[in-house]
Amino acid sequence: MMLSSSPYKKSSHSVSQLMQLVIFATIPGAIALFYFFGWGVWFNLIVCCSVAYASEWLIVKLRNRDPKKVLSDYSALLTAVLLALALPPLAPWWVATIGTLFAIVFAKHLYGGLGYNPFNPAMTGYVLLLISFPMAMTTWLPPQSIAAQAPDFISSLQLFFSGSDSQGNTLNYYTLNADGFTMATPLDEIKTSFSMGYVFDEIKNKPIFGDWQNVGWQWVNLAFLAGGLFLIVKKAISWHIPVSFLAAIYITSFLAHGYDPQLNPAPMIHLLSGATMLGAFFIATDPVSATTTNKGRIIFGAAIGFIVVMIRNYGGYPDAIAFAVLIMNMAAPLIDHYTQPKVYGSQELK
Amino acid sequence: MSPDNQNTIAYTTTYKFHGGIHPEEHKTLSNQTPIIDLPAPPIVVLPLNQHSGAQSLPCVAVGDSVVTGQKIAEAKGNRSAHVHASASGTVVAIENRVIAHPSGQSDLCIVIETQDNNKQHFLPPINNPFTTSKQSLLDRIFESGIVGLGGAAFPSHIKLMPDVDRLIINAAECEPYITCDDRLMQDEAPQLIQAFELLRHIVSAKECIIGIEDNKPEAIAQLTSAIETSGLTTINICIVPTKYPSGGEKQLIELITGQQVPKGQLTTSLGLVMHNVATAFAIFEAVTLGKPLIDRVTTVTGLGCERRGNYRIRLGTPLQWILEQLGVPAEQKFTTIMGGPMMGFKVPNTAASVVKSTNCLIVAEPDELNEPSTALPCIRCGECADVCPANLLPQQLYWFARSDEFEKAENYNLFDCIECGACAYVCPSEIPLVHYYRYAKNEIVLRAKEKQQAAKARERFEFREFRLKREKAERAEKHRKAAEARKKAAEAKGQTNEKKATIAEAVARAKARKQKKQDDQSS
Repeated sequence: MMLSSSPYKKSSHSVSQLMQLVIFATIPGAIALFYFFGWGVWFNLIVCCSVAYASEWLIVKLRNRDPKKVLSDYSALLTAVLLALALPPLAPWWVATIGTLFAIVFAKHLYGGLGYNPFNPAMTGYVLLLISFPMAMTTWLPPQSIAAQAPDFISSLQLFFSGSDSQGNTLNYYTLNADGFTMATPLDEIKTSFSMGYVFDEIKNKPIFGDWQNVGWQWVNLAFLAGGLFLIVKKAISWHIPVSFLAAIYITSFLAHGYDPQLNPAPMIHLLSGATMLGAFFIATDPVSATTTNKGRIIFGAAIGFIVVMIRNYGGYPDAIAFAVLIMNMAAPLIDHYTQPKVYGSQELK
Repeated sequence: MSPDNQNTIAYTTTYKFHGGIHPEEHKTLSNQTPIIDLPAPPIVVLPLNQHSGAQSLPCVAVGDSVVTGQKIAEAKGNRSAHVHASASGTVVAIENRVIAHPSGQSDLCIVIETQDNNKQHFLPPINNPFTTSKQSLLDRIFESGIVGLGGAAFPSHIKLMPDVDRLIINAAECEPYITCDDRLMQDEAPQLIQAFELLRHIVSAKECIIGIEDNKPEAIAQLTSAIETSGLTTINICIVPTKYPSGGEKQLIELITGQQVPKGQLTTSLGLVMHNVATAFAIFEAVTLGKPLIDRVTTVTGLGCERRGNYRIRLGTPLQWILEQLGVPAEQKFTTIMGGPMMGFKVPNTAASVVKSTNCLIVAEPDELNEPSTALPCIRCGECADVCPANLLPQQLYWFARSDEFEKAENYNLFDCIECGACAYVCPSEIPLVHYYRYAKNEIVLRAKEKQQAAKARERFEFREFRLKREKAERAEKHRKAAEARKKAAEAKGQTNEKKATIAEAVARAKARKQKKQDDQSS
């Protein structure tokens, strides 16, 4: 007999609609990435999405489930999109491929598929890549406005698939700035400069930081912020994690900067560089691997923000969203356990 | 009616409860026309279990003729209720018939073939209820078989026993589609005010507050003007915002008083008792007219039924007959829901009949309601927790129920779940959450029972062992005593044996002598 149980009315939104909405909300960020870093972001998106579809279809077949049904929830596509947006734009195609494969097959389906993965799949894939291919994963093009020469579409395609374009230039050639210096992301720049003995005031004058925060990166972050706010307005995500995450980043970096302004970047640099906004609104809010109580979400977000600043300021990696999220994923069940809401009528109990 | 007066009688609450949802209301489908009486159907099928307690016992036999209002089954135990004939006629069967239940199961029913006559057997009216003793009024309510008509079907005389400070009338009617209380308030406001006053008198409350959702302006207006006309200062109307499930007992109390009923306690711990509008009306009729609970107002609605509205229907009226009367084509397959869409259930068989708790029948067109679809996995989005009026973590309860981790489910306060369905309503994965909670609750109760039985069995077994041991010991003791006695006797026998031996010797000698004599004679 078909299971029939009240209620017989349902609100209209479904998991697949939720996933589609989140994918939709990444569009401003993707466009900003394209504007500042060129064609690579589309290549990554295409490769990640195709690999995600193919690998999910295969693994679901192997698990004896109905691939059509599983693929229609759009969760694999979302994982692919988030990973693609986190990758350096012209990292080789096999980077995107391996990352997506690992995210879908290992981080998601070997744990039981949607709803069962303890770790954020996109970030698991990202960390695998970061540890395995550190060179490829940290070679970012400079923002096109300050780049000496930006690869056009054909060159980008060639770089993406073969590592060098028809003129024989490799990716390194394009990472030089107008002054002939190799450039990295602002966070990379800070990390390397600190290790070379520069202080923050000197680092700030480098071209990548521009007149207002970081060239390019601040717009990318603001674009993701806009998409994130849209998600909150649409009630696709709750405000708790992003707000506590950003507040924690601000407060922690403010204290560190106040303690030693020459060795710790200013709060606005933290807020508007790297994957801060992508992480705050799109990564840390993945419901499956995050905490579920509202109080727990505030703790979860704040802890991620704190860890991010700690790793950025004192750790070995320039950015830290992926590590911070994965660490807190592990703590989510514990946080949930200790932040249960007070059930109706229990307040009066003395 | 001056606005000032309205302000003193009706006010809007400032309190809230956690969570809640705003489903589409669909109330105007059925609340536009006055209540209509449906005639007696050709047969009525009255289940003996229309209340929360034990099944009542038939006190008529097959072949008996009965009249409307006559008691046909007696309450059994203290949480049970009488059943009365809802129509005059002949008892044609007392047997298992399909009842209104999600599983379509059968249960013992009294079936009456009705005869068209006006005979009725009501109790004598109580003309001056306000000077009648509380016990007599409670007896009358018990005699009239009245139970909570809001859905719980708990016997009313028990709920009215303790005296309280405040009586709350539940007029929220928060479920979509249902309008029977709304319509009753619009049509019978003056009577209802008297009914509320009577209930207030029974529980010796200082005041009575009517909790009503703001989506019933017409009912609010009618009640306000009726209160004004009556001149009563004891009754007020508290208007609460429309949000499901404001009509849950605990939620309405929080909306009106700002207080929560302490966990594991009754509303009386706050000095409150709550009754439903229709229940109050039934009690009023039982007291002032002597009319037992033989009919009720039921909303018949849904797009599948063209003559939607509220009907006064005799208890035991088969659903099929109602649908025929209201022009629902028999050949068309509609889904019939008893109760509201949030907490009601699908009736698998329309041969089932209207019972005391039937507040609504939804005859739904194929696309009107959400049919169960295949659920996706839980993505732990937590929307269910945001809307849960009991402030539970439905997603955790779901995991525990699913994996049969009942102890954990209990630790997460499963039994505070009121099964309102708000969680399942918002669930993007369309998981039938309430179904899982019902399953877990059932299992826990069942296992507790089994455990209790096992404990009893063990106790019995242990006692038997103990008894066997004791008996063995007793037997041993007895044997020992007997042996001792024998020994003693044997010791005592030491002397008697000598006597016996002497006697035996004497006998032997006598025998020998006799023999010798015989031998001598024969030779």
